[in-house]
Amino acid sequence: MGKIDTNWEPRIIAFLCNWCSYAGADLAGVGRMQYPANVRVIRVPCSGRISPFFILSSLQNGADGVLVSGCHPGDCHYLTGNYSARRKFALLKSQLEHIGIEKERVQFTWVSASEGGKFAEVINRVTETVRALGPAKKLVKKCL
Amino acid sequence: MTDVSSKIREEARKLLKNGEVDVIIGFEKGSIPFSATPCFVRNEADTDKLIWNEYCGNNLARYLSEVRGKAGIIAKGCDTRAIVELIKEKQIQRERISIIGVPCEGMLDRKRIMMSCQRKDKTGIEDQDGQLLTRGDSLNTAVKKDEFLYPACHVCTNRNPVMYDVLIGNTIEERKTDDFADVTEFDEKHSEERWAYITDEIGRCIRCYACRNACPLCYCKECFVDSTQPQWVGKTTEQSDTLSFHIMRSIHLAGRCIECGACERACPVLVDIRILNRKMSADVKNLFGYKTGLDIDQPAPLSIFKPDDSEEFMLDV
Repeated sequence: MGKIDTNWEPRIIAFLCNWCSYAGADLAGVGRMQYPANVRVIRVPCSGRISPFFILSSLQNGADGVLVSGCHPGDCHYLTGNYSARRKFALLKSQLEHIGIEKERVQFTWVSASEGGKFAEVINRVTETVRALGPAKKLVKKCL
Repeated sequence: MTDVSSKIREEARKLLKNGEVDVIIGFEKGSIPFSATPCFVRNEADTDKLIWNEYCGNNLARYLSEVRGKAGIIAKGCDTRAIVELIKEKQIQRERISIIGVPCEGMLDRKRIMMSCQRKDKTGIEDQDGQLLTRGDSLNTAVKKDEFLYPACHVCTNRNPVMYDVLIGNTIEERKTDDFADVTEFDEKHSEERWAYITDEIGRCIRCYACRNACPLCYCKECFVDSTQPQWVGKTTEQSDTLSFHIMRSIHLAGRCIECGACERACPVLVDIRILNRKMSADVKNLFGYKTGLDIDQPAPLSIFKPDDSEEFMLDV
């Protein structure tokens, strides 16, 4: 066992949909709400735009956790994008757990444009669970 | 079995003679023991080389979207399920194919038969009355053929063709519904144990893509592993890349995989590829109540949704 790196901070990639969750993150910022700076936000048009590839690539390239957030069911800007995404993500998450990757590393949630507080809470929760898991090792590429 | 072969030849001859099809896709005798090779018969005289035995494992639906003109196909239960999915995905037209359905009691694993006895004095393996006899100087063992069934055949619930124009022989009794007991059993293990098993299996992968090439539903003109802009998956045989390839392949086949096991049969390093595909089939059944390859009019589970789909997997804040 090597020494425990006390300076280690989890790196979390968050895919946020343009219309709800990204605006929710914006609201959290405007409202001066405090949440950990471990999250790197990538804005996408819709949660339906997110391919399982995005999530796997993140894990391969050194993300310790991935968060995907979109509009609440029924609120999708494109009407049904988040419904289709939900089926896709259910399968991906289940498959990752099946092969033995910690299920808390990949998280899905809905955050609306008015839920700045919820966004901050989600980031807190995800950061803490990923911190407890420690650095991701299983899918990380050794040579790039 | 020879009876089935002669009936297949007869049907094939009829189809070619009447000009109903341009080509018959079937099996001919393989060049190595315990094997049959896919073959394409284009004239009546060649129909005599068509055979049917328990080594006709390949999923012939693989070739349907690639042959020109009208095609006749000798199809087992799993082949016809693949045809249903291909028609649904608009890769082939029903009018363009004639299906000669053959009920199938399961196919035998040639590789396992050959590896079954490692003794040096082994002189040969013979096929006799439902048993395989291994012969040698001081060796004379008999093993029931069932022992060598492909893993996919053990859990097959569609041994009879689900769609056909002509059926050879009589239908056989189907197994009860598949309860995915193997998936449940695997998932009950500790996550580190699962990880160890899967990395050990997938770790052997040499990225030859034989699984993809044998799969009837992997028909994309450009596969995600071949894409370089963007390059979704690295091309090395490093664990991270091979695992990502297999995870993504299973996700692409979720709700489409008809569990014929063609991927596993094609694998030169005997990777347990079905461990991933079975999981997806179990989930598609449990979450969306769908079984692939049975009904042309039933939409694919990932192309539709229900407002009240399960959100159990989501973060609860």
